[in-house]
Amino acid sequence: MTIAATHPYIDALLSGCGTLPASGSAWLNERRSLALERANALTVPTTRDEDWRFTDITPLTKVHFQPVRDAAKPALSDIGRFLVPEAAARLVFVDGSFAAGLSSVAGLPAGVRVSTLAEGLKGRDALLEKHLTRHAAFESNLFAAINTSYLQDGALVTAAKNQAYATPVHLLFVATRKESASYPRCLVVAETGSDCTVIEDYVCLEDGAYFNNAVTEIVVGMGARVRHVKLQRESYDAFHMADCTVMLDKDATYASHTVTLGARISRHNLSVTQNGEGAEMKIEGLALLSGRQLADTHTLMDHARPNGRSRQLHKCIVGGAAHAVFNGKVFVHEGAQLTDSAQESRNLLLSSRAHVDTKPQLEIFADDVKCSHGATVGQLDSEQLFYLRARGLPEERARTLLTYAFGAEIIDRIPVPSLVERLEQRVLEQTTDRDVRKP
Amino acid sequence: MIATNAKILLEVRGLRAAVAGVEILKGIDLTVRAGEIHAIMGPNGSGKSTFAKALAGHPSYEVRSGEVLFEGRNLFALAPEARARAGVFLGFQYPVEIPGVSTAAFLRLAYNTVQEARGRDELDPLEFDDFVREKMKLLEMDPGFLSRSINDGFSGGEKKRNEILQMALLEPKLAILDETDSGLDIDALRVVAGGVNRLLTPDNAVVLVTHYQRLLNYIVPDYVHVMEGGKIIKTGGRELALELESRGYDWVLDEYKAKVAA
Repeated sequence: MTIAATHPYIDALLSGCGTLPASGSAWLNERRSLALERANALTVPTTRDEDWRFTDITPLTKVHFQPVRDAAKPALSDIGRFLVPEAAARLVFVDGSFAAGLSSVAGLPAGVRVSTLAEGLKGRDALLEKHLTRHAAFESNLFAAINTSYLQDGALVTAAKNQAYATPVHLLFVATRKESASYPRCLVVAETGSDCTVIEDYVCLEDGAYFNNAVTEIVVGMGARVRHVKLQRESYDAFHMADCTVMLDKDATYASHTVTLGARISRHNLSVTQNGEGAEMKIEGLALLSGRQLADTHTLMDHARPNGRSRQLHKCIVGGAAHAVFNGKVFVHEGAQLTDSAQESRNLLLSSRAHVDTKPQLEIFADDVKCSHGATVGQLDSEQLFYLRARGLPEERARTLLTYAFGAEIIDRIPVPSLVERLEQRVLEQTTDRDVRKP
Repeated sequence: MIATNAKILLEVRGLRAAVAGVEILKGIDLTVRAGEIHAIMGPNGSGKSTFAKALAGHPSYEVRSGEVLFEGRNLFALAPEARARAGVFLGFQYPVEIPGVSTAAFLRLAYNTVQEARGRDELDPLEFDDFVREKMKLLEMDPGFLSRSINDGFSGGEKKRNEILQMALLEPKLAILDETDSGLDIDALRVVAGGVNRLLTPDNAVVLVTHYQRLLNYIVPDYVHVMEGGKIIKTGGRELALELESRGYDWVLDEYKAKVAA
């Protein structure tokens, strides 16, 4: 592992890698070496790269974030406000390290496993070998490659064949240290006919600039169903780079609910591939931005087989001098006949300095498909405003209510009631007092 | 009900107003006293809806001259929400759909805002729920609407009932109902008109803006005004509406032209 990186920043980020202990699994060591090799060969994305055209990550490259060696040990009461009452199983990671004392996996049915990847590597090597690092595209994605170079631990959720588990599993990643880098990693495997809900949640205990570089792989087996809630509520000074890859087998169903609230600069890649006939994907996202935040969401709905169905609604509410980027690609391969896809990007600008770049894209190589897409960027609807005011509501109250309503459409459909309530409250607070920030 | 000594609620004098730079209202005069029911009729494009919206304070309507007094106060000095709190209500011709805001939350917010402005007690969600359900019964509305978004996916008739429900909750002194009858079948019309009639007292007044006389079979007006070209060109009693129904508008227009020429 002595290949020189092409960029001092990459070199610095990777400097912690060499001292990591080797895994007991030879295949994983190989994958890590390969990832390290790729990380060294790739370049830092700039706005000259089509995929990063609107997202300048220069501020991220100014600080050489390093993983913490002595992770903080917060008490359960410190993270109490982030806990989800509906979730029976919870894995907590603090600054990248597993916090057993804050986690709880009691009461799981026999067919559901929620554990660390390290634990999983000891026992169910075959399943991990088949899926871990096999789906995330680290060959071409620098941040996924760096994450994989550091891969030692993370969260593992598996549902055995025909095992339905309605209770959500909460994967909570807590940041506490300034200038630290964390490499969260999740693997979710839902086997044939199973059903589960996973909440991937990024929070911080204190404001500050830190770097979270996350990779998630989700495998949905034949006829299985996964609901995936991702909450990004990082510090307003933090950097969040996330890459999520989802593989769907025949008749599988995947629903994603992503809410982006925090981070100075964030990037969320979500790529869902339909590898079997008749699979269905539903992707919903909301970014609520203010101040000088930049949030970039790149999604790919990839139809490789016939009879697939995809639905996407992505919304951004942008205030202050914030900047939202959305790039949503729908790819229909040759032979993926009878694909039914609809994609919509809707954006609300709350100030004259707020900015949105939205780019829905269709690439279709089959001739019998139904695909639609559209994008709107606007301000609050003046007729709706007048209607509320004509019933006595003060203008500011009417604006808040309409802004809230715009976001509520996404939030209301999150399948975890306590999160719906908390997020709605958060949207109300942020839209009521746009320039006051509440961590 | 006409009582000549009743208090004047609305006094419109020489009102001229424009939309997007085009003058639509060209000098309207109208006096509405407490206890009265006025109908404003007229062909499409005569300015009826513009008049209704201008009174409620729609931001697209620019008042150019004239004055409007509501209970002696300059109405145009008030923001739309202040007009609502003072007791002016506009029943929308096309009630706006607002996905994401529940009807129950909206109605309570509107009700409490207006109550507060009148120095009366606000209701908490439970108290309000009982209160609003009673009002909904009068309009034969399904309480299921409360949990739906405002007008979202409502049929035309349901939207109009929702307007009258809001009127029932806010108890305005002056209700301006813009084409409340359009899109209603005969049963819905009966229910909606019944709802309006029940709300009328000697202390409030209604201005019905309508294209057809059908509604006036159910809500019987004291005055019927014919609007054309942004002016009220004829005023009569209830019989004028019936005459318009059988003869159309042309004769009124001819009569007005002759009068102007003379």
